[in-house]
Amino acid sequence: MTGEDQSDSDLARRRAIRRQAASIVAAVAPFGIVFGAAAATAGLSMWQAVGYSALVFGGSSQFAAVEILGDGGSIASAAIAGLLLNVRSLAFGVIMARALAGPWWQRAAMSQLMIDESTAVGAAQEDLRWRRYGYLVAGLGVFGVWNLTTVIGFAVFSDAGDLITDLGLDAAGPAAFLALLWPRLMLPAQRRTAVAGALIALALIPVAPPGVPILASMLGVAVAALWPPAEPAPTVDEVSS
Amino acid sequence: MSAATSVLIIMTIGTYALKSAGPLVLGDRSLPVRIQQIVDLLPAALLAALAVVSTVGDGEQITIDARLVGLVVAGLALWRRAPFVLVIVLASAATSLTRLVA
Repeated sequence: MTGEDQSDSDLARRRAIRRQAASIVAAVAPFGIVFGAAAATAGLSMWQAVGYSALVFGGSSQFAAVEILGDGGSIASAAIAGLLLNVRSLAFGVIMARALAGPWWQRAAMSQLMIDESTAVGAAQEDLRWRRYGYLVAGLGVFGVWNLTTVIGFAVFSDAGDLITDLGLDAAGPAAFLALLWPRLMLPAQRRTAVAGALIALALIPVAPPGVPILASMLGVAVAALWPPAEPAPTVDEVSS
Repeated sequence: MSAATSVLIIMTIGTYALKSAGPLVLGDRSLPVRIQQIVDLLPAALLAALAVVSTVGDGEQITIDARLVGLVVAGLALWRRAPFVLVIVLASAATSLTRLVA
């Protein structure tokens, strides 16, 4: 292969990865708007909303924390529920580590982009160089769109208390949680865990302070484990979805 | 400092620690199988609980209202493989209509 062929195929490869990333980045936009609106409804300031999107940068965990805070839950229950939803970043980091090798400050900076979308695009490529490229393109794209749409959602809905219930936007949060849950119901163990988690939370709403029912739902993992038809161990399939 | 800011600080530090542990500390060693299984299942439990609590929760009581119609419509839309935007729009529209009619 001549040098020119090499760079042509590099260009094609780059374009293909950018296309993959673009569709994933676009899918994040409406979700960012819903988060901005949810933050406004929960009484956060614009800076707090953007702080969550830029500094925490973990979609479902931001939603969880804001939902619990808006419902009057404690600082501990909001923070713990949010962090538990980000434990999967640990697994993503292990998957991506080799592709992100380099000086420590580069690894430290790139780590902030460790989310579902960047890991999905990165891990879908074969060799390390393109895994890193896919991770960075998708991660930076989502970061930009996510923060921008958070601001838009917040600005549009911050003074719209009645409008939110009139338009039925208080159902946007529940619908968003269900949409996030949906791809994680492929395996029987995941379905058992989800049902157990939902039932535990429902049973605790009337008797426990806000936030606690959501934290207690993680016992659903134990329930699903004790209620096991033998099956192969689930893997990090969410990465490839 | 407001509760939202405290949670923001705790989650920023904790989330970054989780995100960076692989690239900065662990390298590409794999997680123990047991831990990996729990990590894979945790989001299913928490997201299911969040869907339920955000639909019928109202402080410390259960309130059944138009949000439940929205959640059911969202489930139907997801089952028909609707994209995220459509799921949100249909769920909100169904909730809004239910309020108009009821």
